[in-house]
Order: sequence, then structure tokens, then C-alpha cells
Amino acid sequence: MTRKQGNFFVDAAFQGAASGVTALYGPSGAGKTSIVNMVAGLMRPDVGRIIINGRCLFDAARNIDLPVEKRRIGYVFQDGRLLPHLSVRANLAYGMHLTPVDRRFVNFDQVVDLLGIGTLLDRRPARLSGGEKQRVAIGRALLTSPALLLMDEPLASLDAVRKAEVLPFIMRLSREFSIPILYVSHALDEILNLSSHLVIMQDGGVRAYGYLEDLLSRADLQTCFGPTESGAILSTIVENHEDAFGLTHLRFGDHILKVHRLDTARGETVRVRIPARHVAVALEPPGGTSFQNVIPGEVREIAAHCAPFVDVRMDIGCPLWARITRQSCQELNLQVGLPVYALIKSVAVSLGPSNECR
Amino acid sequence: MDFLKLSPIELEALRLSLWVSGWSVAVSMPFGILTAWVLARMRFPGKNLLDGMMHLPLVLPPVVTGYLLLVLLGRKGVIGALLYDYLGVVLAFNWKGAVLAAAVMSFPLLVRAVRLSLEGVDQGLEAAARTLGAGPVRVFFTVTLPLIVPGIITGLILAFARSLGEFGATITFVSNIRGQTQTLPLALYTLTQMPDGEMGAMRLCVLSVLVAMAALLCSEILARRFAARMRG
Repeated sequence: MTRKQGNFFVDAAFQGAASGVTALYGPSGAGKTSIVNMVAGLMRPDVGRIIINGRCLFDAARNIDLPVEKRRIGYVFQDGRLLPHLSVRANLAYGMHLTPVDRRFVNFDQVVDLLGIGTLLDRRPARLSGGEKQRVAIGRALLTSPALLLMDEPLASLDAVRKAEVLPFIMRLSREFSIPILYVSHALDEILNLSSHLVIMQDGGVRAYGYLEDLLSRADLQTCFGPTESGAILSTIVENHEDAFGLTHLRFGDHILKVHRLDTARGETVRVRIPARHVAVALEPPGGTSFQNVIPGEVREIAAHCAPFVDVRMDIGCPLWARITRQSCQELNLQVGLPVYALIKSVAVSLGPSNECR
Repeated sequence: MDFLKLSPIELEALRLSLWVSGWSVAVSMPFGILTAWVLARMRFPGKNLLDGMMHLPLVLPPVVTGYLLLVLLGRKGVIGALLYDYLGVVLAFNWKGAVLAAAVMSFPLLVRAVRLSLEGVDQGLEAAARTLGAGPVRVFFTVTLPLIVPGIITGLILAFARSLGEFGATITFVSNIRGQTQTLPLALYTLTQMPDGEMGAMRLCVLSVLVAMAALLCSEILARRFAARMRG
């Protein structure tokens, strides 16, 4: 997809994944919603091109501009936007009935089942909770059998509990239907849970796009993720479960990472994110420590971008970031090339899905 | 019990009033909704002029409006002559003219109510319906129209009441002809001019109150039903 809008501030060019979830990440005001609206046809770009899996929706040069209703784009809005005068069932069926029968590949019962909204069908939207509304909104968009599903911060208006209620459904959705999803969010944990591809937006432009893990490990992009969000992503394999302590051992390279018990089978691939602020650095292997994971490595880079702290990138078979104070950096006399030990608290990992798309 | 017995004049006036007001509302509703939509959603040069023209009957003395109608739509009027020559339609001095006078007078009230309601409709819902595959016309009939039902109900009751009470424009445009253009207010006026018309006038007065109350009650019931539907 290539897209520009001259009079406004959005000037973006990126290519998403042909299937699976592509996340559009950036601070508010970066132009994420504008991008999504242009893809949906609710906003008209001045110049540029929008192509989805080979189908041209918009091309200023060739004077192509499909109207919204002909684009076959499912759009899940931040605020749900269910039609208040229709029942949940009628809301779900609204788009489905407008899709020609031979083009439908999403089944009504399957969606109702997947989203767990079977008991809500006869209610009106006013009687639904925030999480239920979003699930119905997702189902409604899905039932148009779209060529692309747009999700504009579908969880932003929900509290943590409701978020946890909806997120698993979106995860299942991307696995069960082969519909590419463009997922807008400024919450990194959602993106880590969902997506394989990432587009980083900044000030109306695309800062970078590509595989999630590559981008999240890049030093020059760490500032994009905010002061508390920077960290590294590791692809690991479930080695075994240690039930006595409620831990799971994950293997990456020659090392084992101990994390809290996971509900995954042995041998499965799991993506792990280790925030820089949960990693400490030592010159020698420490004795008598509560750190469960002590992994030898080598300092590769020291980046000083947020006042009292420095971010140290180590190579432990893959990149790992540690955020330490400038003072400790000086006292340890850390330098590029110095062999060190990375100390990772076992509780400090957040998990994403396996990265099958690669 | 004599008081409750309506004289033929009064019965005719009641029937004619309901007939004329009903037609007036029915005729002006589609145009009213269209005008309200155009004023609420479109931007074009001359929009303020249209808005002003639409409001004229509300601010002009009704007799002036009636006279203008007579000049424009009377048998010899600019538009009236054309209507007669080509379509054989005569509006002056018959019930159709009374309908037109009532419709013109109540039009601004209808448009204002519907427009207010339209401006309250979340356009995000319309956008959502379009992403679901509905074209603009379908969106209007399946999303916009159902959502402005309360505004339409209010507009209809206002327009109906205004049509029922219409006097000045009617008497100027179509005169006061019994059975043709003599609606309740006109009949009431006529009875007050007659030596022993007090009883009849009183009866018509009570009738007017009853009709107005019934109309209000209807609109209230409809509005409540709608609200209940939206709550699920």
C-alpha cells in the first residue's frame, strides 16, 4: 500500500503482511486513524495508491476511487458504532446480507461461536457492556467477508478487565480466518500479543516497517516505544514445564529462560518480550541472587537517550537490552566488547504468540 | 344533551379540518425530511437563502403568506395559470388550496424539528454502515431515517397542530366556503359572527381542544414506544 495526503500531514508508504496481523503503531496524532480511514475510503488521499492483495482501491494517477461500500473492507471502530436501533443479530447480519452469497466465506454461526456472543443476539446494543459491544462490532465486520479487516484501537475504550476479555478473541480470529488485519494501537502489549508485522508511525509519516521482532530490537527505534516500553523480543521454544515451582523453561540458542508457567505444549514456539528496565548487568556471574536467569553475553552498544539512564545492548545469542543508571554504567566501566552477564527476572517477560508467519 | 349534538356546519368543519390537516402533513413530510437533510448535511452556495425562504411563513403575517399564495397560485397567478392550462389543476377556493396553505404554514416547524434531530445523528454510524457495504441511499433509509424517528414525530405533531389552527393564510387564499374550505377555526369565526352562534362556537372550541389533545397523546405514545425499542 502506498499512500500520501498532501494538504494534511499524513505521508505514508508501507507494505503489510498478506495475511496475519500488521500493527500500526505510534503515539496519538501520528496519523494512524487517518491511514485507516483512507484505506476504508472514509477519507480521500490527495495522491497515492491503495492496493490490497492485488486489488486496487484507490489510485490518484489512474483516477480510481472505489466508494466505501464497494471496497470490501471490514472496519472495527474504536467506539464500536453498533446501530442502536437494531438488535445484535440484525447488526451482525446487516453487512452479511449486503454481501453476495457467492462471496461469503465467513459463516454466521462460526463467528457467533468464536466471539462467544450467542446469548446476546436478541439484545439491543444499549444493553451490552463495552467488551460485548466490541466483540459484536468485530463479528459484524467479519461477516461481510472482507478482503481486509481494519481495527482502529478496538480495545482503547475498554478497561483492563474488558481488554483481557476481547483480546483472546482477536488472537483466535487472526488464526482462524485468513483475512489480513491492519491493527491500530498505541499499546505495545496488544501488538506483541497479536501481530507479526509492525508499521511505526511518527508525525504523519512511516518511521519504519517490517517484521515486529526486527523493529523492536533496532536501537534507532527504541525511542519510538517510549521510556518504559523499550526492550527486546526473543523467539523461544518451550523446553519443559517445572510444575513444582510453577515455571516453564524456554530455550533460545544455547540458553534456557525460566518464566512463569505457560499453557503451551512442549516444542511450541513462543515469543517473549523482555523490557529493558527488567534487565540488570553484572561483570561476573553473581552468587546468591534472586535472579533466575543469568545469561553470559557481550556489550554491543551503549545508548544514552533518557537522562539518568543508559540502554545497554548485549549480545546473548540475540540482542537484549538493559536499562541501567548512568552511574552504574560508569562504575562498571562498561564498554563495547566487554563480556558481561545479563540478569533477567523471570517474572519480567511478556509473552506474544509464536511467529509462524516467518 | 343538546349541547353535545353537532350541527351539520360543525360536523363538516371537523371532518374537513382533519382531512385538510392530514393531507397537509402527508404532503409536506417527504419534502420536509428532504429539505431538513439538505440543510443539515449539504454545503452549497445559497444555502442561507434557502433556509430563509423556508422560514418565511413562520415570520410573515399569515395573511401576507395567503395573499402571496393567491398571487402565485390563483387561477390567474403566475404558477396557478400554468397549473390550470397544462394539468387542469385548480388550487384556489377549494380544499386542495386549503391543504396547500396549511402545508406551507406548517412546513418550517416540520423542517426545524427534523433538522435538529438529523444534526444529532452520529455520522460515524452512517460511515460504519457504509463500510458494511450499504450505499448512501440504503444508509439513509436503514440508518438515518430510523434514528430521526423522534424528530419526525415531533415535526409531524407540530405541523398537524399548526395545520389544524391555520386561519389567516387559508381565508386569504381559499376564502371561507362551507364544506370546501371552512375548517374548524374558520367555522368558529363564522359562528361568532352569527347572532345565536355562541353554543356552536363553544362546541367547536371544545372539539379543537379534544383533537389537539388526541394528537399530542398519539405522539407521546409513539415517542415512548420508540424509546423503549432503543433501550432493548
